[in-house]
Amino acid sequence: MSGPGDTLPRLLQGLSPSQRMGLAAHTRLHGQLPAGGHGLIDELAAAGLGGCGGGAFPFAEKLRLAHAHRGRPVVVVNGSEGEPLSWKDKLLLGHLPHLVLDGATAAARAIGAREVVVAVESGTAANAVTAAIGERPEPGRGGVTVRVATVGSAYLTGQETALLSALSGRAALPTLTPPYPVERGLAGKPTLVSNAETFAHAGLIARHGARWFRALGTRESPGTRLITVTGAVAHAGVIEVAGGTETASLLSAAGGATEQIQGILYGGYGGVWAGPQALHWPLGESELRERGGTLGPGIVHVLGESGCIVSETARAARWLERENAGQCGPCVNGLDAIASSLEQLCDRGDRTGAFRHVERWCALVTGRGACSLPDGAARFVTSALHAFEPVFQDHALHGRCDGCQRRGGTRAPISRQLVRA
Amino acid sequence: MSRVRVDPIRCTAHGMCAELLPERIWLDDWGYPVVNGEPLPPELIEHARRAAAACPVFALRLEKGSRPAGREPRLGVTLRG
Repeated sequence: MSGPGDTLPRLLQGLSPSQRMGLAAHTRLHGQLPAGGHGLIDELAAAGLGGCGGGAFPFAEKLRLAHAHRGRPVVVVNGSEGEPLSWKDKLLLGHLPHLVLDGATAAARAIGAREVVVAVESGTAANAVTAAIGERPEPGRGGVTVRVATVGSAYLTGQETALLSALSGRAALPTLTPPYPVERGLAGKPTLVSNAETFAHAGLIARHGARWFRALGTRESPGTRLITVTGAVAHAGVIEVAGGTETASLLSAAGGATEQIQGILYGGYGGVWAGPQALHWPLGESELRERGGTLGPGIVHVLGESGCIVSETARAARWLERENAGQCGPCVNGLDAIASSLEQLCDRGDRTGAFRHVERWCALVTGRGACSLPDGAARFVTSALHAFEPVFQDHALHGRCDGCQRRGGTRAPISRQLVRA
Repeated sequence: MSRVRVDPIRCTAHGMCAELLPERIWLDDWGYPVVNGEPLPPELIEHARRAAAACPVFALRLEKGSRPAGREPRLGVTLRG
Protein backbone atom coordinates (compact mmCIF):
# COMPACT_ATOMS: atom_id res chain seq x y z
CA MET A 1 0.00 0.00 0.00
CA SER A 2 1.29 3.41 -0.91
CA GLY A 3 2.85 6.02 1.30
CA PRO A 4 3.97 5.85 4.91
CA GLY A 5 0.67 7.46 5.84
CA ASP A 6 1.72 8.74 9.23
CA THR A 7 1.63 12.42 8.43
CA LEU A 8 -1.06 14.96 9.16
CA PRO A 9 -3.07 16.43 7.65
CA ARG A 10 -4.66 13.83 5.43
CA LEU A 11 -8.04 15.18 4.43
CA LEU A 12 -7.06 18.81 4.82
CA GLN A 13 -3.82 18.44 2.85
CA GLY A 14 -3.51 21.22 0.29
CA LEU A 15 -6.48 23.09 1.74
CA SER A 16 -6.84 26.68 0.66
CA PRO A 17 -9.17 28.78 2.81
CA SER A 18 -10.11 30.92 -0.16
CA GLN A 19 -10.80 28.44 -2.92
CA ARG A 20 -12.05 25.04 -3.94
CA MET A 21 -9.50 22.43 -4.98
CA GLY A 22 -10.13 21.48 -8.60
CA LEU A 23 -10.01 17.96 -9.98
CA ALA A 24 -6.51 18.31 -11.51
CA ALA A 25 -4.92 19.48 -8.26
CA HIS A 26 -6.86 16.88 -6.30
CA THR A 27 -5.64 14.05 -8.55
CA ARG A 28 -2.05 15.34 -8.42
CA LEU A 29 -2.20 15.33 -4.64
CA HIS A 30 -4.01 12.05 -3.96
CA GLY A 31 -3.62 10.04 -7.18
CA GLN A 32 -6.37 8.44 -9.25
CA LEU A 33 -9.25 6.74 -7.52
CA PRO A 34 -8.83 3.02 -8.27
CA ALA A 35 -11.66 1.34 -10.20
CA GLY A 36 -12.38 -0.73 -7.08
CA GLY A 37 -15.51 -2.68 -6.34
CA HIS A 38 -17.00 -4.90 -3.71
CA GLY A 39 -13.57 -5.53 -2.10
CA LEU A 40 -13.66 -2.04 -0.62
CA ILE A 41 -16.08 -3.26 2.06
CA ASP A 42 -13.48 -5.59 3.59
CA GLU A 43 -10.86 -2.87 3.41
CA LEU A 44 -13.17 -0.44 5.22
CA ALA A 45 -13.87 -3.09 7.85
CA ALA A 46 -10.15 -3.69 8.36
CA ALA A 47 -9.60 0.07 8.56
CA GLY A 48 -12.21 0.30 11.32
CA LEU A 49 -13.76 3.43 9.87
CA GLY A 50 -16.77 4.59 11.86
CA GLY A 51 -19.36 7.15 10.78
CA CYS A 52 -18.20 10.69 11.46
CA GLY A 53 -21.64 12.26 11.75
CA GLY A 54 -22.23 11.37 15.38
CA GLY A 55 -23.46 7.78 15.36
CA ALA A 56 -20.01 6.21 14.88
CA PHE A 57 -21.71 3.20 13.29
CA PRO A 58 -19.15 0.96 11.55
CA PHE A 59 -19.17 2.17 7.95
CA ALA A 60 -18.37 -1.21 6.37
CA GLU A 61 -21.31 -2.75 8.23
CA LYS A 62 -23.62 -0.09 6.83
CA LEU A 63 -22.40 -0.92 3.31
CA ARG A 64 -23.00 -4.61 3.94
CA LEU A 65 -26.53 -3.97 5.17
CA ALA A 66 -27.39 -1.74 2.21
CA HIS A 67 -25.93 -4.33 -0.14
CA ALA A 68 -27.76 -7.22 1.51
CA HIS A 69 -31.26 -5.85 0.95
CA ARG A 70 -33.28 -6.47 -2.18
CA GLY A 71 -33.11 -3.86 -4.88
CA ARG A 72 -30.40 -1.61 -6.29
CA PRO A 73 -29.14 0.61 -3.48
CA VAL A 74 -28.72 4.39 -3.54
CA VAL A 75 -25.96 6.37 -1.85
CA VAL A 76 -26.75 9.61 0.00
CA VAL A 77 -23.99 11.90 1.20
CA ASN A 78 -25.27 13.70 4.28
CA GLY A 79 -23.80 17.18 3.96
CA SER A 80 -26.55 18.84 5.94
CA GLU A 81 -24.80 20.26 8.94
CA GLY A 82 -27.48 21.81 11.11
CA GLU A 83 -25.40 21.42 14.28
CA PRO A 84 -24.47 25.00 15.18
CA LEU A 85 -21.03 24.08 16.48
CA SER A 86 -19.93 22.06 13.46
CA TRP A 87 -18.33 23.38 10.33
CA LYS A 88 -16.25 20.49 9.02
CA ASP A 89 -18.70 19.22 6.40
CA LYS A 90 -19.17 22.69 4.93
CA LEU A 91 -15.40 22.95 4.84
CA LEU A 92 -14.94 19.60 3.08
CA LEU A 93 -17.76 20.08 0.60
CA GLY A 94 -16.94 23.73 -0.05
CA HIS A 95 -13.18 23.39 -0.42
CA LEU A 96 -12.33 19.74 -1.00
CA PRO A 97 -15.45 18.31 -2.67
CA HIS A 98 -13.56 15.72 -4.76
CA LEU A 99 -12.49 13.88 -1.60
CA VAL A 100 -16.15 13.36 -0.72
CA LEU A 101 -17.21 12.56 -4.28
CA ASP A 102 -14.43 9.96 -4.58
CA GLY A 103 -15.55 8.21 -1.43
CA ALA A 104 -19.21 8.27 -2.41
CA THR A 105 -18.39 6.89 -5.88
CA ALA A 106 -16.19 4.15 -4.42
CA ALA A 107 -18.89 3.22 -1.87
CA ALA A 108 -21.52 3.16 -4.64
CA ARG A 109 -19.37 0.79 -6.72
CA ALA A 110 -18.79 -1.42 -3.69
CA ILE A 111 -22.51 -1.98 -3.13
CA GLY A 112 -23.64 -1.89 -6.76
CA ALA A 113 -25.35 1.51 -6.53
CA ARG A 114 -25.53 3.70 -9.63
CA GLU A 115 -26.84 6.84 -8.04
CA VAL A 116 -25.24 9.18 -5.53
CA VAL A 117 -27.16 12.11 -4.08
CA VAL A 118 -25.16 14.78 -2.28
CA ALA A 119 -27.52 16.52 0.15
CA VAL A 120 -26.26 19.92 1.13
CA GLU A 121 -27.52 23.36 2.14
CA SER A 122 -27.60 25.89 -0.67
CA GLY A 123 -24.65 28.26 -0.76
CA THR A 124 -20.89 27.85 -1.05
CA ALA A 125 -20.83 24.11 -0.44
CA ALA A 126 -23.62 23.36 -2.93
CA ASN A 127 -21.93 25.50 -5.58
CA ALA A 128 -18.57 23.84 -4.98
CA VAL A 129 -20.03 20.34 -5.24
CA THR A 130 -21.94 21.26 -8.42
CA ALA A 131 -18.76 22.66 -9.97
CA ALA A 132 -16.78 19.59 -8.91
CA ILE A 133 -19.32 17.20 -10.44
CA GLY A 134 -18.99 19.20 -13.68
CA GLU A 135 -15.22 18.59 -13.72
CA ARG A 136 -15.49 14.83 -13.35
CA PRO A 137 -15.79 12.56 -16.36
CA GLU A 138 -19.33 11.59 -17.42
CA PRO A 139 -20.25 8.18 -16.06
CA GLY A 140 -20.10 5.48 -18.72
CA ARG A 141 -22.67 2.73 -19.14
CA GLY A 142 -23.39 1.26 -15.74
CA GLY A 143 -21.34 4.00 -14.09
CA VAL A 144 -22.23 6.04 -11.04
CA THR A 145 -24.26 9.21 -11.55
CA VAL A 146 -23.76 11.94 -8.95
CA ARG A 147 -26.18 14.80 -8.34
CA VAL A 148 -26.62 17.57 -5.79
CA ALA A 149 -29.83 18.11 -3.84
CA THR A 150 -30.16 21.22 -1.71
CA VAL A 151 -31.88 20.84 1.62
CA GLY A 152 -32.80 23.18 4.47
CA SER A 153 -30.54 24.18 7.33
CA ALA A 154 -32.63 23.03 10.29
CA TYR A 155 -30.98 20.93 12.99
CA LEU A 156 -33.15 17.90 12.27
CA THR A 157 -32.52 17.94 8.52
CA GLY A 158 -29.31 16.06 9.22
CA GLN A 159 -31.16 13.24 11.00
CA GLU A 160 -31.02 10.54 8.37
CA THR A 161 -34.70 9.63 8.10
CA ALA A 162 -35.59 13.35 8.10
CA LEU A 163 -33.03 13.91 5.37
CA LEU A 164 -34.56 11.16 3.26
CA SER A 165 -38.01 12.70 3.79
CA ALA A 166 -36.65 16.04 2.59
CA LEU A 167 -35.02 14.42 -0.45
CA SER A 168 -38.37 12.80 -1.25
CA GLY A 169 -40.07 16.19 -1.34
CA ARG A 170 -41.72 15.88 2.07
CA ALA A 171 -41.11 17.93 5.19
CA ALA A 172 -37.71 17.22 6.75
CA LEU A 173 -39.11 15.26 9.68
CA PRO A 174 -37.86 11.99 11.15
CA THR A 175 -39.80 8.80 10.58
CA LEU A 176 -40.08 5.81 12.86
CA THR A 177 -37.40 3.13 12.49
CA PRO A 178 -37.38 0.31 11.54
CA PRO A 179 -37.42 0.29 8.61
CA TYR A 180 -33.94 1.76 8.54
CA PRO A 181 -32.69 3.58 5.45
CA VAL A 182 -30.44 0.59 4.59
CA GLU A 183 -33.66 -1.45 4.38
CA ARG A 184 -36.04 1.04 2.79
CA GLY A 185 -34.86 4.56 2.04
CA LEU A 186 -35.00 6.85 -0.96
CA ALA A 187 -37.83 5.79 -3.32
CA GLY A 188 -38.13 2.64 -1.22
CA LYS A 189 -34.64 1.47 -2.20
CA PRO A 190 -31.95 0.35 0.25
CA THR A 191 -30.09 3.55 0.99
CA LEU A 192 -26.61 4.13 2.35
CA VAL A 193 -26.71 7.48 4.17
CA SER A 194 -23.52 8.68 5.73
CA ASN A 195 -21.82 11.86 6.73
CA ALA A 196 -19.66 13.75 4.20
CA GLU A 197 -16.46 13.23 6.21
CA THR A 198 -17.01 9.47 6.38
CA PHE A 199 -17.03 9.32 2.59
CA ALA A 200 -13.91 11.50 2.41
CA HIS A 201 -12.00 8.98 4.56
CA ALA A 202 -13.39 6.11 2.48
CA GLY A 203 -12.06 7.72 -0.71
CA LEU A 204 -8.54 7.70 0.74
CA ILE A 205 -8.90 4.17 2.11
CA ALA A 206 -9.94 3.05 -1.39
CA ARG A 207 -6.57 4.38 -2.61
CA HIS A 208 -4.17 3.54 0.20
CA GLY A 209 -5.80 0.71 2.14
CA ALA A 210 -6.58 -0.14 5.74
CA ARG A 211 -2.99 -0.36 6.96
CA TRP A 212 -2.28 3.13 5.74
CA PHE A 213 -5.42 4.37 7.51
CA ARG A 214 -4.36 2.76 10.77
CA ALA A 215 -0.86 4.25 10.63
CA LEU A 216 -2.39 7.17 12.52
CA GLY A 217 -4.71 7.04 15.50
CA THR A 218 -5.28 4.41 18.17
CA ARG A 219 -6.50 0.85 17.98
CA GLU A 220 -9.98 1.93 19.07
CA SER A 221 -10.02 5.16 17.09
CA PRO A 222 -7.93 4.58 13.99
CA GLY A 223 -7.18 7.21 11.37
CA THR A 224 -7.92 10.90 11.70
CA ARG A 225 -10.94 13.02 12.53
CA LEU A 226 -11.93 16.56 11.70
CA ILE A 227 -12.76 18.48 14.85
CA THR A 228 -14.52 21.83 14.91
CA VAL A 229 -13.12 23.64 17.92
CA THR A 230 -14.85 26.80 19.16
CA GLY A 231 -15.31 28.94 22.25
CA ALA A 232 -12.53 30.32 24.43
CA VAL A 233 -9.62 29.47 22.11
CA ALA A 234 -7.39 31.84 20.19
CA HIS A 235 -8.22 30.40 16.76
CA ALA A 236 -11.52 28.63 16.43
CA GLY A 237 -11.51 26.36 13.44
CA VAL A 238 -11.59 22.92 11.91
CA ILE A 239 -8.54 20.89 12.87
CA GLU A 240 -7.63 17.39 11.71
CA VAL A 241 -6.27 15.21 14.50
CA ALA A 242 -5.16 11.61 14.79
CA GLY A 243 -7.71 9.50 16.65
CA GLY A 244 -6.98 9.44 20.39
CA THR A 245 -5.11 12.77 20.45
CA GLU A 246 -5.39 14.49 23.84
CA THR A 247 -7.85 17.36 24.05
CA ALA A 248 -5.04 19.60 25.34
CA SER A 249 -3.09 19.10 22.08
CA LEU A 250 -6.13 20.05 20.06
CA LEU A 251 -6.50 23.24 22.06
CA SER A 252 -2.81 24.04 21.56
CA ALA A 253 -3.31 23.62 17.82
CA ALA A 254 -6.17 26.11 18.11
CA GLY A 255 -3.79 28.64 19.62
CA GLY A 256 -4.52 27.71 23.23
CA ALA A 257 -7.29 28.73 25.59
CA THR A 258 -7.85 32.46 25.93
CA GLU A 259 -8.86 32.24 29.59
CA GLN A 260 -9.08 29.80 32.46
CA ILE A 261 -11.15 26.83 31.32
CA GLN A 262 -14.44 26.27 33.14
CA GLY A 263 -15.72 23.40 31.06
CA ILE A 264 -15.45 21.55 27.77
CA LEU A 265 -18.37 20.45 25.64
CA TYR A 266 -17.86 17.34 23.54
CA GLY A 267 -20.12 16.41 20.66
CA GLY A 268 -22.15 19.61 20.29
CA TYR A 269 -25.78 20.24 21.18
CA GLY A 270 -26.45 16.53 21.63
CA GLY A 271 -23.19 16.10 23.50
CA VAL A 272 -21.64 16.02 26.94
CA TRP A 273 -20.16 18.68 29.24
CA ALA A 274 -17.11 17.97 31.34
CA GLY A 275 -14.94 19.96 33.72
CA PRO A 276 -11.32 21.03 33.05
CA GLN A 277 -10.06 17.52 33.89
CA ALA A 278 -11.22 16.64 30.38
CA LEU A 279 -8.10 18.34 28.99
CA HIS A 280 -6.52 14.90 29.28
CA TRP A 281 -9.35 13.09 27.51
CA PRO A 282 -8.37 11.44 24.23
CA LEU A 283 -10.32 12.47 21.15
CA GLY A 284 -11.74 9.17 20.00
CA GLU A 285 -15.32 7.96 20.16
CA SER A 286 -14.63 4.78 22.15
CA GLU A 287 -12.17 6.50 24.47
CA LEU A 288 -14.66 9.30 25.14
CA ARG A 289 -17.61 6.95 25.65
CA GLU A 290 -15.61 5.15 28.34
CA ARG A 291 -15.47 8.47 30.16
CA GLY A 292 -19.12 9.30 29.60
CA GLY A 293 -18.37 11.61 26.68
CA THR A 294 -18.88 11.50 22.94
CA LEU A 295 -17.15 13.07 19.97
CA GLY A 296 -20.49 13.41 18.16
CA PRO A 297 -19.82 14.89 14.75
CA GLY A 298 -16.35 16.01 15.91
CA ILE A 299 -17.02 18.96 18.20
CA VAL A 300 -15.04 20.46 21.06
CA HIS A 301 -16.26 23.71 22.57
CA VAL A 302 -14.43 25.49 25.38
CA LEU A 303 -16.31 27.47 28.01
CA GLY A 304 -14.07 30.02 29.70
CA GLU A 305 -14.19 31.11 33.33
CA SER A 306 -16.14 34.25 32.39
CA GLY A 307 -19.03 32.35 30.83
CA CYS A 308 -22.02 30.87 32.64
CA ILE A 309 -22.82 27.20 32.25
CA VAL A 310 -26.37 27.73 33.55
CA SER A 311 -27.28 30.26 30.88
CA GLU A 312 -25.53 28.14 28.22
CA THR A 313 -27.55 25.13 29.26
CA ALA A 314 -30.85 27.03 29.42
CA ARG A 315 -30.24 28.55 26.01
CA ALA A 316 -29.23 25.26 24.37
CA ALA A 317 -32.26 23.50 25.88
CA ARG A 318 -34.58 26.15 24.48
CA TRP A 319 -32.85 26.04 21.11
CA LEU A 320 -33.25 22.27 20.90
CA GLU A 321 -36.87 22.58 22.01
CA ARG A 322 -37.50 24.97 19.12
CA GLU A 323 -35.73 22.66 16.68
CA ASN A 324 -37.76 19.60 17.62
CA ALA A 325 -40.04 18.17 14.96
CA GLY A 326 -43.21 18.64 16.96
CA GLN A 327 -44.10 15.02 16.32
CA CYS A 328 -43.59 13.12 19.55
CA GLY A 329 -45.36 14.14 22.76
CA PRO A 330 -42.62 13.30 25.26
CA CYS A 331 -40.10 15.42 23.32
CA VAL A 332 -42.47 18.35 22.69
CA ASN A 333 -43.61 18.53 26.32
CA GLY A 334 -40.46 17.36 28.04
CA LEU A 335 -38.05 19.69 26.28
CA ASP A 336 -40.32 22.66 26.92
CA ALA A 337 -40.55 21.78 30.62
CA ILE A 338 -36.77 21.35 30.85
CA ALA A 339 -36.03 24.60 29.03
CA SER A 340 -38.60 26.61 31.03
CA SER A 341 -37.29 25.35 34.33
CA LEU A 342 -33.69 26.13 33.38
CA GLU A 343 -34.67 29.59 32.13
CA GLN A 344 -36.38 30.34 35.38
CA LEU A 345 -33.41 29.08 37.35
CA CYS A 346 -31.10 31.23 35.31
CA ASP A 347 -33.16 34.43 35.41
CA ARG A 348 -34.84 34.44 38.78
CA GLY A 349 -33.24 31.69 40.82
CA ASP A 350 -35.20 28.82 42.24
CA ARG A 351 -35.55 28.66 46.01
CA THR A 352 -38.21 25.97 45.86
CA GLY A 353 -35.86 23.58 44.09
CA ALA A 354 -38.26 23.08 41.16
CA PHE A 355 -35.31 22.57 38.86
CA ARG A 356 -34.71 19.27 40.60
CA HIS A 357 -37.36 17.95 38.20
CA VAL A 358 -35.09 18.68 35.26
CA GLU A 359 -32.99 15.61 35.79
CA ARG A 360 -36.06 13.38 36.08
CA TRP A 361 -37.54 14.91 32.92
CA CYS A 362 -34.27 14.30 31.09
CA ALA A 363 -34.48 10.62 32.01
CA LEU A 364 -38.14 10.62 31.05
CA VAL A 365 -37.64 11.92 27.48
CA THR A 366 -34.67 9.70 26.72
CA GLY A 367 -35.47 7.00 24.18
CA ARG A 368 -39.05 8.17 23.73
CA GLY A 369 -38.86 10.04 20.45
CA ALA A 370 -38.86 8.69 16.91
CA CYS A 371 -35.35 10.17 16.61
CA SER A 372 -32.66 10.79 19.19
CA LEU A 373 -33.05 14.56 19.51
CA PRO A 374 -34.55 14.27 23.02
CA ASP A 375 -31.77 11.86 24.01
CA GLY A 376 -29.14 14.36 22.90
CA ALA A 377 -30.84 17.26 24.67
CA ALA A 378 -31.11 15.19 27.84
CA ARG A 379 -27.43 14.23 27.61
CA PHE A 380 -26.38 17.86 27.21
CA VAL A 381 -28.47 19.07 30.16
CA THR A 382 -27.78 16.15 32.52
CA SER A 383 -24.04 16.28 31.96
CA ALA A 384 -24.02 20.03 32.68
CA LEU A 385 -26.02 19.49 35.90
CA HIS A 386 -23.56 16.83 37.04
CA ALA A 387 -20.31 18.52 36.05
CA PHE A 388 -21.26 21.95 37.42
CA GLU A 389 -23.60 21.20 40.29
CA PRO A 390 -22.29 23.98 42.59
CA VAL A 391 -22.86 26.58 39.87
CA PHE A 392 -26.46 25.43 39.41
CA GLN A 393 -26.97 25.51 43.19
CA ASP A 394 -25.57 29.02 43.32
CA HIS A 395 -27.99 30.14 40.61
CA ALA A 396 -30.87 28.57 42.49
CA LEU A 397 -30.07 30.82 45.46
CA HIS A 398 -29.01 34.01 43.71
CA GLY A 399 -30.42 34.05 40.16
CA ARG A 400 -28.51 35.82 37.43
CA CYS A 401 -24.74 36.08 37.62
CA ASP A 402 -22.23 38.26 35.79
CA GLY A 403 -21.46 35.44 33.38
CA CYS A 404 -25.12 35.19 32.33
CA GLN A 405 -24.92 38.64 30.78
CA ARG A 406 -22.05 37.75 28.54
CA ARG A 407 -23.11 36.72 25.11
CA GLY A 408 -20.10 34.66 24.16
CA GLY A 409 -19.98 30.95 24.53
CA THR A 410 -22.02 28.69 22.33
CA ARG A 411 -23.99 31.72 21.19
CA ALA A 412 -21.06 33.04 19.17
CA PRO A 413 -21.77 32.73 15.48
CA ILE A 414 -19.33 30.50 13.72
CA SER A 415 -17.22 32.64 11.47
CA ARG A 416 -16.40 31.73 7.94
CA GLN A 417 -12.72 31.88 8.75
CA LEU A 418 -13.04 28.62 10.57
CA VAL A 419 -10.38 26.97 8.53
CA ARG A 420 -7.19 25.61 9.98
CA ALA A 421 -5.26 22.61 8.89
CA MET B 1 -42.01 -13.68 22.01
CA SER B 2 -44.22 -10.58 21.93
CA ARG B 3 -43.67 -7.07 23.19
CA VAL B 4 -45.63 -3.86 23.14
CA ARG B 5 -44.28 -0.81 21.43
CA VAL B 6 -45.66 2.67 20.99
CA ASP B 7 -45.24 4.73 17.84
CA PRO B 8 -44.43 8.12 19.41
CA ILE B 9 -45.32 9.99 16.21
CA ARG B 10 -48.87 8.61 16.11
CA CYS B 11 -49.49 8.69 19.84
CA THR B 12 -51.64 11.61 21.01
CA ALA B 13 -51.90 10.66 24.68
CA HIS B 14 -55.37 9.16 24.91
CA GLY B 15 -54.02 6.99 27.70
CA MET B 16 -56.29 3.97 27.19
CA CYS B 17 -53.29 1.67 26.96
CA ALA B 18 -52.11 2.46 30.49
CA GLU B 19 -55.53 1.54 31.83
CA LEU B 20 -55.70 -1.70 29.93
CA LEU B 21 -52.11 -2.83 30.43
CA PRO B 22 -50.83 -1.24 33.66
CA GLU B 23 -48.33 -4.07 34.06
CA ARG B 24 -46.37 -2.71 31.11
CA ILE B 25 -47.51 0.86 30.51
CA TRP B 26 -47.70 3.95 32.71
CA LEU B 27 -48.27 7.60 31.83
CA ASP B 28 -45.66 10.34 32.08
CA ASP B 29 -46.17 13.88 33.43
CA TRP B 30 -47.93 14.85 30.19
CA GLY B 31 -50.10 11.79 29.79
CA TYR B 32 -47.95 10.00 27.23
CA PRO B 33 -47.30 6.28 27.69
CA VAL B 34 -43.97 5.01 28.98
CA VAL B 35 -43.71 1.46 27.74
CA ASN B 36 -41.77 -1.43 29.19
CA GLY B 37 -40.68 -3.34 26.11
CA GLU B 38 -39.67 -6.56 27.90
CA PRO B 39 -41.16 -9.73 26.41
CA LEU B 40 -44.74 -10.28 27.57
CA PRO B 41 -45.57 -13.33 29.68
CA PRO B 42 -48.36 -15.46 28.16
CA GLU B 43 -50.97 -14.24 30.65
CA LEU B 44 -50.52 -10.62 29.49
CA ILE B 45 -50.75 -11.22 25.76
CA GLU B 46 -54.53 -11.00 25.58
CA HIS B 47 -54.50 -7.79 27.64
CA ALA B 48 -51.83 -6.32 25.37
CA ARG B 49 -53.88 -7.20 22.32
CA ARG B 50 -56.90 -5.48 23.82
CA ALA B 51 -54.83 -2.38 24.70
CA ALA B 52 -53.49 -2.18 21.14
CA ALA B 53 -56.98 -2.54 19.70
CA ALA B 54 -58.30 0.16 22.01
CA CYS B 55 -55.85 2.82 20.87
CA PRO B 56 -57.88 5.32 18.83
CA VAL B 57 -54.88 6.27 16.67
CA PHE B 58 -53.35 2.79 16.31
CA ALA B 59 -50.15 3.93 18.03
CA LEU B 60 -49.76 0.86 20.20
CA ARG B 61 -48.41 -2.24 18.55
CA LEU B 62 -47.91 -5.77 19.62
CA GLU B 63 -44.67 -6.86 18.01
CA LYS B 64 -43.39 -10.35 17.55
CA GLY B 65 -39.78 -11.37 17.19
CA SER B 66 -36.50 -11.02 18.96
CA ARG B 67 -35.89 -7.38 18.12
CA PRO B 68 -36.27 -5.45 21.38
CA ALA B 69 -39.03 -2.89 21.31
CA GLY B 70 -38.40 0.75 21.91
CA ARG B 71 -34.79 1.65 21.58
CA GLU B 72 -33.30 -0.59 18.93
CA PRO B 73 -29.66 -0.23 18.08
CA ARG B 74 -29.83 2.67 15.70
CA LEU B 75 -27.97 3.18 12.50
CA GLY B 76 -26.50 6.58 13.04
CA VAL B 77 -27.43 6.89 16.67
CA THR B 78 -27.42 10.63 16.97
CA LEU B 79 -28.62 13.13 14.49
CA ARG B 80 -26.27 12.67 11.62
CA GLY B 81 -25.71 9.28 10.12
